[in-house]
Amino acid sequence: MKSGSNLEKVFAKGEFALTGECGPPRGADAEKVKEKAQHLVGYVDAVNVTDNQTSIVRMSSIGASRILLDMGLEPVMQMVCRDRNRIAMQSDIFGAYALGIRNMLCLSGDHQTFGNQQDSKNVYDIDSIQLINVVHTMREQGKILGGDECDGNPKMFIGAAANPFGDPFDFRPIRLAKKVKAGVDFIQTQCIYNMAKFREYMKRAVDMGLHEKCHIMAGITPLKSLPMAKYMATKVSGIEVPEEILKRLEGVDKKERAKEGIRIAIEQIQEVRQIEGVAGVHLMAIEWEHKVPEIVKEAGLYPRPKVD
Amino acid sequence: MIVGDRKPLEEIIGFIEDARNVLVAGCGTCVAVCMAGGEKEVQMLAQELRMASRLRSMEIEVSEATAQRQCDKEYLETIKNAVAGKDLVISMACGIGVQHMAERFAPVRVVPGINTDFLGVNWDIGEWKEYCQNCGDCVLARTGGICPVTRCSKSLLNGPCGGSANGKCEVNPDTDCAWQLIYDRMKALGRLDKLAEVEPVKSWKKSRDGGPRRLSRNDMKPAEDKA
Amino acid sequence: MNDVKTDDYEPKVIAFACEFCSYTAADLAGSMRLRYPANVRIIKVPCTGRTDAIMLLKAFEAGADAVFVSGCQPGDCHFLKGNYRAKAMVPGVKKMLEEIGLHPDRVEFFHVAASEAQKWVEVVTQMNDRARRLGPNPLRTGGKPEYGPAAQKKEQEQSDKQGAAAGA
Repeated sequence: MKSGSNLEKVFAKGEFALTGECGPPRGADAEKVKEKAQHLVGYVDAVNVTDNQTSIVRMSSIGASRILLDMGLEPVMQMVCRDRNRIAMQSDIFGAYALGIRNMLCLSGDHQTFGNQQDSKNVYDIDSIQLINVVHTMREQGKILGGDECDGNPKMFIGAAANPFGDPFDFRPIRLAKKVKAGVDFIQTQCIYNMAKFREYMKRAVDMGLHEKCHIMAGITPLKSLPMAKYMATKVSGIEVPEEILKRLEGVDKKERAKEGIRIAIEQIQEVRQIEGVAGVHLMAIEWEHKVPEIVKEAGLYPRPKVD
Repeated sequence: MIVGDRKPLEEIIGFIEDARNVLVAGCGTCVAVCMAGGEKEVQMLAQELRMASRLRSMEIEVSEATAQRQCDKEYLETIKNAVAGKDLVISMACGIGVQHMAERFAPVRVVPGINTDFLGVNWDIGEWKEYCQNCGDCVLARTGGICPVTRCSKSLLNGPCGGSANGKCEVNPDTDCAWQLIYDRMKALGRLDKLAEVEPVKSWKKSRDGGPRRLSRNDMKPAEDKA
Repeated sequence: MNDVKTDDYEPKVIAFACEFCSYTAADLAGSMRLRYPANVRIIKVPCTGRTDAIMLLKAFEAGADAVFVSGCQPGDCHFLKGNYRAKAMVPGVKKMLEEIGLHPDRVEFFHVAASEAQKWVEVVTQMNDRARRLGPNPLRTGGKPEYGPAAQKKEQEQSDKQGAAAGA
């Protein structure tokens, strides 16, 4: 075992893994974290805790991850390269590990001009691929950047994101290969709506043998409403929502659209399970955590495997 | 070149409120080419100041002078007489010229007339783009001649983030995604395989992060000075 | 400084007119005995592209109440793009006037072809009316900023003072 995390064990057992997501609150109230996260207990193998996503100031990923641990949920601590230099990042990795965090996700991070601190200075001392390598070197060699030894190795299970829908499309599998080369253990993709494109991406990844070197989890986000779907389709760079999905939502009664969104998500989960190289699903029910049990059950992913 | 743009008049007036005898000092190199602080722009600002000060009942004498380059001490000599007797200089040069004048002509107060924006190219009439962030350790040989440090919004060194769409950057739809440009160029050069290598962490020591930089070249110095 | 009283105020209007078009139009208007305000002073330029912001500002500094640049119709410039250059420059001068404290309506750009004597009359009349409406250029009356951030600041100070007085 590299880290001994629950998520790693699920993969090791050959089970189809399932992770959820929890965005920390815009303040210091621990109850808010618990409120959201309680819906996920027992329904997912691990929970991503976002790091100031969309550059909006929120409770730190480390802090919220620790709260999840106390609730019996396993966190995947996200860490972005936007806000910290290599000193702070390496230090936070030590701290996170000492607090019991065993999975982390290495990300570039949304640019600060999207959030509520648009005048801030960004850092990007290192990029996400270099961060993967930093965490990997810490775990495997017990060394930080520059070669100094760690007084206790943080043995993290290392994740990263991939966006099959970003451009240039032909470079995306190459970029995934770079993440593998840097030492990534698992990948969570951006929300998938364009299934044809995702299939093509996975085909290329499988041809390159990348699915054997890391566990690729397909990102699924249920659409709550038509406005949300349209927002995802037009406002979020790197997300593609095909016409037929918008039409399908439009085609049902307004009150039924949330249900239809969930139905679509369940179908998508079943579909990605059939694609070669997909080792799990990352379910991002954004501000819809209480629907997770329903989706997980309906998709036939309940109960979750016991691995201890 | 160094690209700059004029500060708003109101801000400049704020700098000179307690001055009587003001020199507007231009620079004939980069900022003249980008039409922010050359001889012409000096005339313009001086003209605006004369008119604005009259309306505001400020008793200010405004004169004009332009040095070929404010960042060379030999050229600063050429406007020494124009500075003499002034209690304030508005330097229309980049931040380098402003500081250099302040240093050479101390104790005369020197204030900036423009904002120094970036190092870039004039890619169309009235349009400038940033191309270099003088990081001190050029990566262009590995990126097809397109700088990811400068032209990627996140200075990513290993390829595009997930926000690259249709060749544009997620931060601004008017901005090209640097990594799309790099990818296209490397493909055209037949060197795509190079992009598959992981670019290791960059040392920013040679950038501003190592403290103020200086360059010293003995081969430029007369032999007798070397001893 | 001249102390101009508003009741005997005759605006001074300066026209920078291209010799190929607008200047000729002014001539034609004269030949046709068209009547238009006599207080426009015409400066003949070889092309409106020759004018620049400094010239326009200098006219205001010297006491002009309104200034306009009049060039060829789009596509008719003898130097290809001189009229477009001048047309692009004028909005910049408007912004400068605002910052200085003068009303941006005091400056304008027009296209008047050599044959358009009637349009020349309209343009001159329009600028004359504007100058009359805006009153004399405060630079020649020893006045205060009439527009832009400086004028707003003054107004704010005045209303603050009034507010304070009312409060007391």
